[in-house]
Amino acid sequence: MTVTVAAVLAADGINIAKNVGFGIIAFGMVFAALCVVSTRNIVHAALWLVVVLGGVAAQYILAGAEFVAVSQVLVYIGAVMVLFLFGIMLTRAKIGSDEGMFNDGWALGIPVAALLFGLLGWVIIDYAGDDVIANQTPTPTVMLSDAYLGPFLIPFLALTFVLLAAAIGAIVIARKD
Amino acid sequence: MLGLAIEIPYWGQSLLRVLGGIVAVLLPAGTIVYLFLFKMMSFMQSRLGPMEAGPYGSMQLFAEVGKWLQKEDIAPEAADVRIFKMAPIIVLVSTFLLVAVVPFGPDAYFTNFEVGVFYALAVGSVSVIGILIAGWASANKYSLLGGLRAAGQLIAYELPMVLAVVGVVIQAGTMNLQGIVVAQNTGEIFGFAGIGFPFVITQFVGFIIFMIAVQAELTQAPFDMPIAESELVSGYMTEYSGFRFLMFFIGEFATAGVFAFIASVLFLGGWGIPFAWFGWEGLADVPNWMNVAGPLIMFAKMLLLTFIIMWVRFSYPRFREDQLQTFAWKILIPVSLLNIAVTAIIKVAV
Repeated sequence: MTVTVAAVLAADGINIAKNVGFGIIAFGMVFAALCVVSTRNIVHAALWLVVVLGGVAAQYILAGAEFVAVSQVLVYIGAVMVLFLFGIMLTRAKIGSDEGMFNDGWALGIPVAALLFGLLGWVIIDYAGDDVIANQTPTPTVMLSDAYLGPFLIPFLALTFVLLAAAIGAIVIARKD
Repeated sequence: MLGLAIEIPYWGQSLLRVLGGIVAVLLPAGTIVYLFLFKMMSFMQSRLGPMEAGPYGSMQLFAEVGKWLQKEDIAPEAADVRIFKMAPIIVLVSTFLLVAVVPFGPDAYFTNFEVGVFYALAVGSVSVIGILIAGWASANKYSLLGGLRAAGQLIAYELPMVLAVVGVVIQAGTMNLQGIVVAQNTGEIFGFAGIGFPFVITQFVGFIIFMIAVQAELTQAPFDMPIAESELVSGYMTEYSGFRFLMFFIGEFATAGVFAFIASVLFLGGWGIPFAWFGWEGLADVPNWMNVAGPLIMFAKMLLLTFIIMWVRFSYPRFREDQLQTFAWKILIPVSLLNIAVTAIIKVAV
């Protein structure tokens, strides 16, 4: 039975190994994400978040977006999470379970998450429908840079102003004089 | 490694790759420890070093490993035990992942990753997390301080490292390490192809910045503030004993070896010899024997670079914390940005 199902899927151009891999990684990410919000130790929460972000990078690899995957590791795991952990350890980092990890409005997060899930799900189904997305080969990085410095130059430059604003904001907050 | 006449199934190839990866990480680590840490340091301090185990103490490494393996695996009572035990594994795994993109010959690579350089820099930065949580989970003030110092230092020196590599990437026109090797060995200097075109010539500033950043990333003296044994009692490693300490120790020297491999690929021409010597046109013309000669050439270049790293380590006193941060943010980063600007202008203009 399983063999015939596999054969049918393969005939439709569906890459079974990729889908199984996606499922396994996605399950791990959902589990880790639940751990982030339910654990009672703030450093453990940060480490579970590392697992979630690593899962995102793995999904990008499966989708053939190597450059984005590596950027994810460098920026989020190598820099953002390290700064998170650094900040936590400089301020409050008790070993063992911590009181006051949950704020009063935690229940509000559930409908927001459900709404976001519905919205994203609708967007994806609306975009792809029943189409089978063609087997992805890794995108050459040259194509990405050509797109950034060609048709998408203006949005790219606009984004850099967001970063500039953030940098100026950080300096304003940090400077006391 | 592949491309031989024998047909190897996929699982066999994967197994060979894993074995090759272990050799490519552990062999340099062992060589560096024996040759430089044991013998060169002793020579510089006018003593003999280990002499008892084997001829000239050459079996000392195995004695040391045996000693560490039989020691008790202790975790402090107040420690967060699971994370405490996980930390050295994260550090060591990031080293093993690092070697995956290093090419050792025309076919002797583990994976021919399109964005190889970028991958190496990204994976190299993951070990910081291992070091930070090692310091935190030890439940020890010295360890936590060491972990925090290490994180601050590694973040500061990661930037100049990434920026120094950008110059090479601009010049080679690719982030693929194999492509960078080919670009250097097919290049010509004013029409003279006798020595190829190793990027250390034009990217000398980048090379110096890269090696300084490597020294800091490895927390070798003069950048050993995080493990400063005289004030922090080895920092984040204080509470580790037995084979977990061994993992940190191997991780330190294996990473030195792997970073030296990457530096020799980026700046010294990697596994290649100038293709003009034998009239090869491109990668497709390189004969199979380079798959044997390539790893040996890489090993020699790795030894040269780790020799410099260790030489500096044994020669200079420790930086102060503020000097260390100032050096990264106010000197290395501006200079490497300038290097990128100049390289880009020349690349477009010429």
